[in-house]
Amino acid sequence: MSKITIPFGPQHVALKEPENFMLVLEGEQIQGATVNLGYNHRGMEKAAEERTYLQDLYLIERVCGICSHSHTTCYITNVEELAKAETPKRALAIRTLVAELERVHSHLLWLGVAGYEMGFETLFMYTWRDREQVLDCLELLSGNRVHYSINTIGGVRRDISAEQKTEVMKRIDYLVERTNYYIKLATEEPTIYARTSKVGMLPPEEALRRNAVGPTARASGIARDVRKDDPYLIYNELDFKVITHNTNDVFGRLVVRALELVESYKIIKQVLNNLPEGPIAVKVPMRIAPGEAVNHYEAPRGEDIHYLKSNGTDKPERLKVRAPTLANLQSVQYMLEGGWMADVPLVIAAIDPCMSCTDRAVVWDPKKGKKQTYGWEELRKMAIERYKRRGVDFSRLG
Amino acid sequence: MKKPARIFSEVIKHLFKKPATSGYPFTPATPMKDFRGRIDFDSAKCIGCQICVRVCPAKAIEIPLSEVQPPAPAQVEGQPPVAAKKKFDCIMKLGNCVYCWQCAESCPKQALITTQDFELASVDRKQLRRHYK
Ligand code: SF4
Ligand code: SF4
Repeated sequence: MSKITIPFGPQHVALKEPENFMLVLEGEQIQGATVNLGYNHRGMEKAAEERTYLQDLYLIERVCGICSHSHTTCYITNVEELAKAETPKRALAIRTLVAELERVHSHLLWLGVAGYEMGFETLFMYTWRDREQVLDCLELLSGNRVHYSINTIGGVRRDISAEQKTEVMKRIDYLVERTNYYIKLATEEPTIYARTSKVGMLPPEEALRRNAVGPTARASGIARDVRKDDPYLIYNELDFKVITHNTNDVFGRLVVRALELVESYKIIKQVLNNLPEGPIAVKVPMRIAPGEAVNHYEAPRGEDIHYLKSNGTDKPERLKVRAPTLANLQSVQYMLEGGWMADVPLVIAAIDPCMSCTDRAVVWDPKKGKKQTYGWEELRKMAIERYKRRGVDFSRLG
Repeated sequence: MKKPARIFSEVIKHLFKKPATSGYPFTPATPMKDFRGRIDFDSAKCIGCQICVRVCPAKAIEIPLSEVQPPAPAQVEGQPPVAAKKKFDCIMKLGNCVYCWQCAESCPKQALITTQDFELASVDRKQLRRHYK
């Protein structure tokens, strides 16, 4: 049978974000897959260099609409490390609480999307209805459903009152009950099992070789979780389990995420019941001493890494974000190969992708109505000229 | 272990429940207390220090001098003349604002007032540029 190559995306009904997968098909079976990134580049790392540390907080939050707290917490840990600030215990506890609420909302969202991709829309409707409860908790605590902005340099911006605590507890109790039902459903309903079992296989050796992170790695039996391996915030004081599963397929990823929800509820209750007393923030000067810092953080999708370099001013010199999806895309390629065309949306959705990366940019001048595409060489030339005007010459760099 | 159509009973139960969705915009939506909405401005309190302009991550706020300045208070006999307190306006670009409330938090005089207003979308660009006097 002859092979044909078809593009899957960047605009495709099954993809929520623009990304391109070139699939080599032989009949219905996938023989090869290439992932092409760069459709969602927003130049955030560059933009961060032009803003102050405080302003960057709101920019970094917008790297992702779902793990907004993950990115800011990772970034702010770097800033506080460089500023040698002693963040109060209560602030760390509140950050942990929001982090876990975020994990709950992200996993419930994923459960719905997975249901949708496998054609089980009833599950999608129910989980998204229940997800409103956790979004309400976040709105109650932070003032917004999605971009919580609870972090500030040196602590958090809002305290938790006794009424808020009861309100959150009430909603979490409801969610515990619902989640237990979903776990039963996911493990007993034969259609879910039939649709997800042995789909998108990723054996443990391959997961390790391709540096899979988060639930994708844990569903291949690799107990890798930053919260346990290198505890940050107050995770070393909390009692929770790292969930793993050994089926290596989409079903495993579903089970891991569903059981992680239960662990997150446990953490939320522990934090709320043992909130340390004290202030919620300390003052940190605007200018940060020169230095470099790297931190990692277990986002709902896996390990998120931030690198920050400061130069003594109130703006960072360099910020680098390695989002978990970038690590997991290597595995997607493997998971797709040998699979069926109809499984592609489900396999891609199973890593819970969230894209942002780079290769080139299109500039459109509305006044002249002119469109121009810049390649790497031209962009480089423009950048060198720009820095020359500022008195730095990069032209001799290879 | 395998129970086919396990969700069936749940679906039947939901036939007799009220819809989970709200009727917005036909029934009003009420955000939570302290939901971060539009920022309002109290010119009488503002001292024009421009801190809010500097902290704003979205360049959404401007504090220009008002066109009409209040007259200097009448000079009291035997005392040096008092300069008039300058009056400032606030231009808020609602389309730029990300509703983070950092400006209100940083304002030393509490001249920026936080509200729960969220129905701010408009098809008219002029509506997105509010000039508070
Ligand atoms: S709320 Fe935030 S974005 Fe809006 S004007 Fe204030 S500081 Fe700027
Ligand atoms: S609103 Fe507040 S921060 Fe802004 S210029 Fe006036 S006094 Fe300063």
